[in-house]
Amino acid sequence: MYAVRLWSVRHARGLNAFYRAFEKALIALHPLWNKIGYEKLEKPFESVERVTKGFLFDCQMCGQCALSSTGMSCPMNCPKNLRNGPCGGVRDNGHCEVKPEMKCVWVQAWEGAARMGLQADHGAKILDVQRTVDNRLKGKSSWLRVVRIAKGLEDQAGNKPKPPAAKPGSTKDLAAVAASVEAKKEGQAA
Amino acid sequence: MNDGQAHFDPAAPLPLLPGHSSGGRLERVLRQGRFAVTAELNPPDSADPRDVYERALVLSEVCDAINATDASGANCHMSSVGICSLLTRAGYAVIMQISCRDRNRIAIQGDVLGAAAMGVANILCLTGDGVQAGDQPAAKPVFDFDSTSLLECITTMRDKGHFLSGRKLTTPPRVFLGAAANPFAPPYEYRAVHIAKKIAAGAQFIQTQYCFDVPLLRKFMDQVREQGLHKKAFFLIGVGPLPSARTARWMKNNVPGVHIPDAIIERMEKAKDQRAEGKQLAIDLIQEIKEIEGVSGVHVMAYRQEEFVNEIIQASGVMRNRQQRRAVEPAATS
Ligand code: SF4
Repeated sequence: MYAVRLWSVRHARGLNAFYRAFEKALIALHPLWNKIGYEKLEKPFESVERVTKGFLFDCQMCGQCALSSTGMSCPMNCPKNLRNGPCGGVRDNGHCEVKPEMKCVWVQAWEGAARMGLQADHGAKILDVQRTVDNRLKGKSSWLRVVRIAKGLEDQAGNKPKPPAAKPGSTKDLAAVAASVEAKKEGQAA
Repeated sequence: MNDGQAHFDPAAPLPLLPGHSSGGRLERVLRQGRFAVTAELNPPDSADPRDVYERALVLSEVCDAINATDASGANCHMSSVGICSLLTRAGYAVIMQISCRDRNRIAIQGDVLGAAAMGVANILCLTGDGVQAGDQPAAKPVFDFDSTSLLECITTMRDKGHFLSGRKLTTPPRVFLGAAANPFAPPYEYRAVHIAKKIAAGAQFIQTQYCFDVPLLRKFMDQVREQGLHKKAFFLIGVGPLPSARTARWMKNNVPGVHIPDAIIERMEKAKDQRAEGKQLAIDLIQEIKEIEGVSGVHVMAYRQEEFVNEIIQASGVMRNRQQRRAVEPAATS
């Protein structure tokens, strides 16, 4: 809801502090999530995230939440989906070029970041260059993704780390090599 | 290079100088600390190359590079890639504009390679006006990139030699990268910080929106100098002649991001010959702007008034001492 969204930006500082504590807890609970299985958790997490963040921020479920870097103003509500700052079309009254009835998401974002403290590292995250959106993540839980990244289960691009290559010379490998050599021999003999 | 000759072929690529990203003339002029002039070419609604050449001819005499716009104002015209291909073939220095509105990352990265192969030395990365502003409001807005992530992508292609996906390029594009700034739209106090971000993402030169409000520009440039941004990128300020008070009012209300103070509109209204007044206003603005510390040049946008660009630049005096430049450049820079 638009009014709630504006409220959230006014309370960016508190909401960010809350989120940081929440994120810590989520990461700490990794053993539990792991036990249940991340796949299984995706649906319920996604639903909760959609409802709560939808209510507070008009969250669009991009799956790679940037709220902490955008003063708690969801950049996906910008009609141009800008994730790094305002376009040049912002109206004199601070409203959006495309939707004149809406305050520019990025004018809001800078206000929120200022509330979070531009000098402190939290608000200053607005200065980080955000890379392009990964469209494959749309509609997925960004909370679970944060935990998976923190625990090294995947990287920023969503790739799972490659399993460490089997050590050469391990007994299992040798057995496999031996078996294939045997098979070839048999083939030749036949 | 045809060293020592009085005449040189403008189409011959310039050798890459140490510390330069491109072989283009614009980067050289700016890095030599000269006041640079760029000008926007109004793209034709036609498939006739002569329409492009005629417009380029009047601009090229007075500018260091010609901007090829990419459906600016979300209006359909000949594409920036098309215009650049014509102009580079004829030896003009161009700035290819890329807007994020119409193409996704696959199309744009391909265009960057194609452009560099044609000899485009400068690329200006833009967000792009919303589709609602143009003649095709029913179009699907793409915005796969934003201007900052686009800058970051092309910087990666050029300096790290790979696509966004990580796939290697055999020859990276040698381009000088630009970004747009609009100091005349909110949030005013953060516009310079936003530019710092674009510079961090790879912007090397900045072209601004039309400037009709010098006090606001001064404030912006103060912030720029405070953060030392003028030492990291070259700032070219947008100027242009207003054809009439009526058009000025229309632009103010209908062109996204254009801010024209009422005092300027009044000045236009009071003038007997409004066209001449608009031209004089542009000259006055250039003279005032060029004195601001940290400004490296001007970017002239004369919508449907190309014939004025020459006069405006000559009258403003910014190209003084430059008449000799083209003839001696190869000897002077190699
Ligand atoms: S004015 Fe603000 S919200 Fe609207 S398109 Fe531009 S950046 Fe996005």
